[in-house]
Amino acid sequence: MFSADAFTLGGRTFHSRLVVGTGKYRDFPTMQKAILASGAEMVTVAIRRLDLQAQGEASLLHWIPKELTLLPNTAGCYSADEAVRTLRLARELQIGGERPLVKLEVLADQKTLLPDGEETLRAARQLIAEGFTVLPYCSDDPVLCRKLEDAGCAAVMPLGAPIGSGLGLRNPYSLQMILDQAKVPVIVDAGVGTASDCASCMEMGVAGLLVNTAISGAQDPVAMATAMKLATEAGRLAFRAGRIPRKLYGSASSPVTGIVGK
Amino acid sequence: MRATVNGDARELPDGLSVADLLRHLGVRAERVAVERNGTVVKRARHPQEKIANGDVLEIVTFVGGG
Repeated sequence: MFSADAFTLGGRTFHSRLVVGTGKYRDFPTMQKAILASGAEMVTVAIRRLDLQAQGEASLLHWIPKELTLLPNTAGCYSADEAVRTLRLARELQIGGERPLVKLEVLADQKTLLPDGEETLRAARQLIAEGFTVLPYCSDDPVLCRKLEDAGCAAVMPLGAPIGSGLGLRNPYSLQMILDQAKVPVIVDAGVGTASDCASCMEMGVAGLLVNTAISGAQDPVAMATAMKLATEAGRLAFRAGRIPRKLYGSASSPVTGIVGK
Repeated sequence: MRATVNGDARELPDGLSVADLLRHLGVRAERVAVERNGTVVKRARHPQEKIANGDVLEIVTFVGGG
């Protein structure tokens, strides 16, 4: 059965290949509905200072179904040291769990929000030494992805396009090289704009997708989450089905003999 | 004594532990992680870990993010 198609990250098994973010929703109830509609089994969360003036506010975790895996990120970190420091705090926030899964994200600058490969690799080595299961957000550079994998990352998460840009997969040829070499799951993180982006990435054989803005920023986030769930599943099925080769010229699908009057 | 909590200088009673500080601020310990002078204070150590004059404390929680 095609639906029995799981993948593992750091020893944990996931059936849904769509990981969703929890940022930028207009309110928590909408976020909760969108998460449920997406079918995600893992959601990303950020770590920030507690607002000591706003005590008693509803907690994010109250709105995330308990059975989901939390994937803490290092959004807002611009150096390896900041990212490591943030994830040490995240580990303290996590409820149990050996070798916690974390999304490592070290950005280079605030304009492009592109990842800093050098700092990301440095942080990954440190975090792995400290027992974290590291899923690094990175550029779509096959060489960097190989180095991250060699360092012991449990997956690589190349961007499709800059964070929040909605430009879709800008460089399918780089992604193909990454897929060809990778022995760990490849998850496309950032750049997805709409459902067809999910399908086209999945059709190439990526293990999963990480989407936030394209869902939370859609006019109807719950409908978009549903669309992306279906597109992710459709793309995965198409990949497993094995597509036909691309050909420049036509190839008849009906018999070319026995045509009436010929 | 004075300590910096989440970037703000505060006057605090002397001899507070991390657990006391969280109670003092009305924060539920299970919702937060605490860092003292750059090092995480494990939750189990909150009652023993004393805060000293001039300490820099960070109290963090999970928020929405991608």
